[in-house]
Amino acid sequence: MSTVATAQTKWWGGGKSPFNVEYGKVMMWYFLMSDTFTFAGFLLAYGSVRFSANSWPDANEVYNSFPFAPEGTHAPLIFVSIMTFILILSSVTMVLAVQAGHHNNKKAVVRNLILTILGGIAFLSCQAWEWTHLYHEGAWWGRNPFLNVDGTPGAVNFTNFFFTITGFHGFHVFTGVLINIIMLIMTLNNTFEKRGHYLMIEKAGLYWHFVDLVWVFVFTCFYLI
Amino acid sequence: MEYTTTPPSQAQYEAAKKEIIKVTWVLSVLTVIELMLGFWLYKSPEMSEGMRWAVKGVIIILMLAKAFYIVAYFMHLKHELKNFIMTIVLPIISFIWIVFSFLHDGNSYKELRNDYNPHPHTKVQKTTTPAHGVEGKK
Repeated sequence: MSTVATAQTKWWGGGKSPFNVEYGKVMMWYFLMSDTFTFAGFLLAYGSVRFSANSWPDANEVYNSFPFAPEGTHAPLIFVSIMTFILILSSVTMVLAVQAGHHNNKKAVVRNLILTILGGIAFLSCQAWEWTHLYHEGAWWGRNPFLNVDGTPGAVNFTNFFFTITGFHGFHVFTGVLINIIMLIMTLNNTFEKRGHYLMIEKAGLYWHFVDLVWVFVFTCFYLI
Repeated sequence: MEYTTTPPSQAQYEAAKKEIIKVTWVLSVLTVIELMLGFWLYKSPEMSEGMRWAVKGVIIILMLAKAFYIVAYFMHLKHELKNFIMTIVLPIISFIWIVFSFLHDGNSYKELRNDYNPHPHTKVQKTTTPAHGVEGKK
């Protein structure tokens, strides 16, 4: 859906939206920007504490388990890459739902929304499993059983930041799934059909993509570097 | 407040779908490269400190590229009006300085703590003779 602003249009003359964007969408963007700063605050705190530490646990030694794998399996990065791909694919189905909405194609909207919701639930299940596994290894807020790379006891901040930041992201995924379920119910009730447009799906989509976007940063900061 | 949108034609719908598939591939390939670099870091503990920083730098650049593709294409920001894009992108640019200064501060704290001297103005007298006699000597 292209937005057209010709030179003749006086966007700032009043009575028109100068950005040529629906009000709700502008506000969603600004909400997401404030949320960006919240997440950035968390990640910056994590980064500066990590830079102030002489040594830090190796992520590959901490997150190296896999569901149903026998005890002692050493599989770093495998499980979290599956989680990453689940989130990317659910973002793709979401953008397909938004596109179908532009085309007033109710059937495609419903199909893609269901796939997105399933992706979100799959991601949350993975995270629930990982948290449970770490908890049974003795990691929790205020408890860190993992050693630093240099063999010294790891700082409690390591687990504190991990559970706080992935938890805050997981909470966003959870609310995103709820919003998508509401969108699905509204679509099935023909709410958007009667309204004549599916712009609400677009706003829900922005939120869902933001969740994927934050994961790109969380995944890199906690698991890769 | 009025805003104008043109309903997309079938051809635009197909083009948009093609773009989505292209971006999906870009994101997947970038993620796979990131993972490969991550494995490389893990598998080579003998790698020099400078090289580790370089690989991590590449991973961060790939991360920013992924973020750009998600925001520009999935969130469709690239197709909004330039004024609107600027209201979002300009505040985000402040992160360049924020990240640099916070990480620098963390590092400075580490260094200050590591060579912390509680009495910087007192000259420490280093005795040449051991206080409790020389070991092995009666």
